[in-house]
Amino acid sequence: MADDLKILRVNGSEWPVAAAPDTPLLYVLTNELQLQGPRFGCGLAQCGSCSVLADGVEIRSCITPLADVAGKQITTLEGLPALYAEQKGLPQTPPLHPLQQAFIDEQAPQCGYCYNGMLIKGSELLAKSPQPTDAQIRTHMDGHLCRCGSYPRVMKAIKLAATRMAGDVR
Amino acid sequence: MTAMLADTDFSRRDLLKGGGALIVGFAIGGSAPAMAGRGDAAGPPDPNAIDSWIAIHSDNTATVFFGKCELGQGNTTGLLQIAGEELDLDMSQLSAVRLDTNVTPDQGATSSSSSIHRGGPQVRAAAAEARQVLLARAARRLGVQTGSLTVAKGVVSIDGQPGRSVTYGALLGDKPFNVKLTGTAPQKPISRYTLVGTRVPRVDVPEKMSGKYVYMQHVRLPEMQHGRVVLPRGQRAFGAGAKPLAIDEGSIRHIPGARVVRKGDFVGVVAEREWDAVKAARELKVTWQETPALPSADLYERMRATKTKDTVIADLGNVPEAFAQAAHKASATYRCPYQGHLPFAPNCAVADVNQDGALVMSSTQDVYTARKMLATVLGLPAEKVRVKYYEGSGTFGRSCYEDAGQAAAIMSQAVGKPVRVQFMRWDEHGWDNYGPAHLAEVRAGVDANGKIVAYEYHGWQHGWTVTSSVQDIALQKPGVERASGSGSITVNPMSTGSMYATPNRRVISHAVPMAGYLRGAALRSPLDLSFAFASEQTIDELAYALKLDPLEFRRRNIGDKRWLGVLNAAAEAAKWQPRVMASALSNAEVVTGRGIGLGTHHVSYGAAVVDIEVNKRTGAIVATRVYAALDAGLAVNPALIENQIVGQVIQAVSRTLKEEVTFDKTGVTSLDWMSYPILRFAEHPDVTPVVVQRMEEPSTGAGEEAMGATAAAIANAFFDATGARLRQYPMTPERVLAALAAART
Repeated sequence: MADDLKILRVNGSEWPVAAAPDTPLLYVLTNELQLQGPRFGCGLAQCGSCSVLADGVEIRSCITPLADVAGKQITTLEGLPALYAEQKGLPQTPPLHPLQQAFIDEQAPQCGYCYNGMLIKGSELLAKSPQPTDAQIRTHMDGHLCRCGSYPRVMKAIKLAATRMAGDVR
Repeated sequence: MTAMLADTDFSRRDLLKGGGALIVGFAIGGSAPAMAGRGDAAGPPDPNAIDSWIAIHSDNTATVFFGKCELGQGNTTGLLQIAGEELDLDMSQLSAVRLDTNVTPDQGATSSSSSIHRGGPQVRAAAAEARQVLLARAARRLGVQTGSLTVAKGVVSIDGQPGRSVTYGALLGDKPFNVKLTGTAPQKPISRYTLVGTRVPRVDVPEKMSGKYVYMQHVRLPEMQHGRVVLPRGQRAFGAGAKPLAIDEGSIRHIPGARVVRKGDFVGVVAEREWDAVKAARELKVTWQETPALPSADLYERMRATKTKDTVIADLGNVPEAFAQAAHKASATYRCPYQGHLPFAPNCAVADVNQDGALVMSSTQDVYTARKMLATVLGLPAEKVRVKYYEGSGTFGRSCYEDAGQAAAIMSQAVGKPVRVQFMRWDEHGWDNYGPAHLAEVRAGVDANGKIVAYEYHGWQHGWTVTSSVQDIALQKPGVERASGSGSITVNPMSTGSMYATPNRRVISHAVPMAGYLRGAALRSPLDLSFAFASEQTIDELAYALKLDPLEFRRRNIGDKRWLGVLNAAAEAAKWQPRVMASALSNAEVVTGRGIGLGTHHVSYGAAVVDIEVNKRTGAIVATRVYAALDAGLAVNPALIENQIVGQVIQAVSRTLKEEVTFDKTGVTSLDWMSYPILRFAEHPDVTPVVVQRMEEPSTGAGEEAMGATAAAIANAFFDATGARLRQYPMTPERVLAALAAART
């Protein structure tokens, strides 16, 4: 397929990208933009390793062709603190999204590879349900696998982040 | 907090030559001299030199070099605690470097939960001796005897005169020790520990959460090409290899820059852009030679009927006579499946092979063995191969990391440029070195007083591979199996009844030849989950025959205080109420049960209590709550062990309820997360981890012991809930319904 020159909008910046339109977004984010958040896990949309937000909604970048995200605002792990500042109307972008800090404070991860997806999906949940119940967390996060078995600590950290976020404005 | 820092300077020439570039990229406090020269030559560095283990920098910080890799278990943090304790440095003054065959000592594979158990004492001895040398120098500098010196945070001062002091950095600052490591330096008494035994947060976690941590999958080199392996979907029988009969290179001619690489029977594709490599691997037309040789439905029957090499693992007392005298007996056959390592991210590697030698970056658990294997595959002397470790996703034993490294090296050698190989999901699922299937015949007998008087365990399984798939295929050699001895698997005596003081006990391991089965290797808690599933159900059946509480029954039969300790710790956490199993059966559609079990791997001790729900209509089992205790001697960092327990429990629930490699006569058919389901987020139990701290005992492994215990407790909970036994896992709805139907008739 011939290359198209596309403008990608990622983490608030515009990136001209020349790639075949069937190229999955993931490969452009990792190879052209050299982002480390979205990462390969299955290439089949089964695990959530490659998740990003497109206009605030979690998508699997490993199966999303570039052509499908034209005009959309893509947020990766790297852009979560800025997105949070925007959502909360904070005067400054914090160094970390509260969920990132909660994962550190709960010492949640083991290898940590699946945490790109845990952060993207968890932040999506917290943006729309600021005080999620256990059942809501379980349902919302169910599409994200963790091979190390850190699910219980992801639960705890999401609840910790929810408590802390309630103190932030808006 | 000093993190493990990633080197970012990937100048190709510098990396291959070693030189300063390798280490300068690490943000080490001090500057070059203590590091100069490191990495120039092929390792391993002399283990009997302090400089191989420790460098002291001018700014009063230290770098610790160890040969055990971070896999997400937190061993970097634990080993730095051990070094810091002996050196009297705090965590902010300590860093580690990544494993590198030109830089770090050879401490063997990071396997069998050995980092702290066997690697820790080496690091402790080196740090203690480094401290002794530094103290002697301080004594000379300050004009006093060493006995009057104290150290805090690397500042050596005269006791009672804090004004008269000198720092480690000022004493040695970036110069080598040039001192032999004798191993005789006095080590700090445990009673004076301030860092070891504390809950230091992991050094790798902040960067993992910010997205700055460099995983193997992130590594890129200039001019690098993207490679993919081309293998039959799903491995064939061990020994059959993967033989291409015809390759239609024209089938990928339309993909820009894509080309085929061959070496022996190995087939790969290389392209400049990653998506083109993915497409080329998918679209390349290859005709494979097929020789259907795998067992399909008759796996366990074939294993049982095969001529085996038998080893007597334990033989105490007179087992036949003891069974003849026993008041009650239990005996059954248990079937345990092949299961996969299946790291969440398939393995990845980057190789640069040129006239100077080979640099290979991979997620190997053993850089020095990887180097040896790569040298064989590439036809180079081992000193010309340099292997650097980058963490991938959790691997739990020998997944396809050597295959990815070798595939990248073969392709780089062929195209003359650096090549990055990312295994696809189906490559990793289909070509794993699986945890072998296991068949067990277990019986045990008890006297009228509730003493276990006879125990017998027969286990059938094949061994582990020595070579890798890519190596076998590229060199056109049949794989090599290690059927017994070190580096392979036999029935573990510690998992099969030895926790009970039984005078008559026989354990026999029946080694099935691997040819014609699947490729096997160590999978976390190797077969201990199977042993515990079989053995601990048998023990529970004896308790039931005597109408005894299974906790009380175990207490009566355990002689060892450490087994008793973990058993009681798990029971107390669960607020265990004494009762006979299956004594409160209900007619409800969803019933609940609670079970208890013991398990281990080698030298540590695990126990678990599990609560489950069974839906008798659908056959679905949900583990709702798990309490698991682990005694690993002196817990260097109890928080790390708690995290390990949580991971072991979740993985054991997954393996007991869901995981099974499937295959037909031709090859493996479970090739992704749909065909090989694992425990999902919504299904996970709450977990209460309990660390039994024993400051007076040597530290032993903590990465595997709760798994067998958890599997056993689930199986026993199922009996408690339903009054039926399930003697095969995974305990899928289909098998649950069959067991319930069988119990009704």
